[in-house]
Amino acid sequence: MKAFLTRRKSLLVAASAALALSLSACGGSSSTTTNPPVAEKPSFAADSTMAKLSSAGKITIGTKFDQPLFGQKGLDGKPVGFDVEIGKLIAAKLGIPADKIEWVETVSANREQFIKQGKVDIIVATYTINDKRKAEVDFAGPYYEAGQALMVNKDNTTITKPEDVKGKNVCSVTGSTPAATIVEKYGAVLVPAATYSACLEPLRNKQVEAITTDNVILAGFVSKEPDAFKLASDQTFTKEPYGIGLKKDDKVFRMWINDQLEAFGKDGSYKKAWEDTAGTVIKTAPELPTIDRY
Amino acid sequence: MDVIIENLPQYWDGFLRTLFLSVVSGIIALVFGTVLAAARVSPVAALRGFSMVYVEIVRNTPLTIAFFFAAVVLPRLGITFQQFEVAAIIALSAYTSAFIAEAVRSGVNSVPVGQAEAARSIGMKFSQVLSLIILPQALRTVIPPLINILIALVKNSSVAGAFYVLELFGYGKQLANANGDAVVWVLIGVAFFYLLITIPLGYLANVVERKVAIAR
Repeated sequence: MKAFLTRRKSLLVAASAALALSLSACGGSSSTTTNPPVAEKPSFAADSTMAKLSSAGKITIGTKFDQPLFGQKGLDGKPVGFDVEIGKLIAAKLGIPADKIEWVETVSANREQFIKQGKVDIIVATYTINDKRKAEVDFAGPYYEAGQALMVNKDNTTITKPEDVKGKNVCSVTGSTPAATIVEKYGAVLVPAATYSACLEPLRNKQVEAITTDNVILAGFVSKEPDAFKLASDQTFTKEPYGIGLKKDDKVFRMWINDQLEAFGKDGSYKKAWEDTAGTVIKTAPELPTIDRY
Repeated sequence: MDVIIENLPQYWDGFLRTLFLSVVSGIIALVFGTVLAAARVSPVAALRGFSMVYVEIVRNTPLTIAFFFAAVVLPRLGITFQQFEVAAIIALSAYTSAFIAEAVRSGVNSVPVGQAEAARSIGMKFSQVLSLIILPQALRTVIPPLINILIALVKNSSVAGAFYVLELFGYGKQLANANGDAVVWVLIGVAFFYLLITIPLGYLANVVERKVAIAR
């Protein structure tokens, strides 16, 4: 009995050690987070959203907590990523330091509702601008143009563009837009999976030649396993403009954010935010897209 | 309702793949299951042992794990297939054959011992006793449970939809994603095509049973 117990104990220790190892392996991204210089006593037109936020001295920003390189919350509880850096830059221009930002997790399904209900002041969360959403909320930006891309095994040199996957097995999520595009436009053979992470094993085992979806999701996988996978190319073949969501019809605030984005593009802080985060995987630095001042 | 009619080609394609998976796995499982049952009653201890271990492990393991093993673990071990249908057939037939083996074994047990003794007394070898006397009678008595297992197999094939095979259930998921306003109809359509396979199977069971039943 005693021998049995000790053996069980040692098994337990081994198991927890393995768990700890795998956990630490997961939190591998070590992007440096910076705190941009905070504007001192910025002045805004009275009654504007900027004035309210600035005098309150705090802002609530919605972002994703599970999107590596863009918005991901680590074990220390602080989200990191490109979206987070953009949020910090905007807050700084309002005179709000990074530690006064309250980060709220917004997932794809709740974003419009969170803005409408005032649970967040702005959302920077890989949030694609489209007309359906524009009917509910306003968008500043776009500040980045994501798009569909291909991820392949590190040693693959035959696939560099979507035309290369004709007749080949490509994994994507059942029913998703990227899955339809790769089949209908580029003639790939779809291997359907429940989630994008379920595509990783077949790719590793070379049962599929590539995985396809938005480049930022794929870049997140690459950042976790840079020795196994790579993006087939930095070029994307669809356009998903990411905007900053805010309350509908707050035109003054929207235009002010647009001005700031343009300023970040000029003063280099946009480039730096990129290089510190998503730029570690997606090498080509993006040009700030033309702001849509509708 | 419109959603079913508009997407009839997809449904049909999914239906054919489900049918293909079920028929191929069903045939393999029937053959392998019968072999397992024969091994279980054979005089060779090693065969009996192998059959028992196989049946007990496989039928007590969830089907999803069998699929995971075939679709993900086997490739890791160097056994890769470009078609995930192969993995699905391996998982489904391996899983189903364990149940078939048990059903056939129960049929073997239902054949009176005197039959085997009489066969042996006229000089038949074990293989002859089994193939000429026992199994033909055993299989006839277990038609209903065998058909039940095959019906379960048809429904179980839907798990393949979660393991990279685009069959009826896989198309169902795809159509549900694309037609968020008509999910109920999409699923009714999927159910209809499953019934198109399983109800005739049940009917077949009745017919066959009536034809081959032995009055004891």
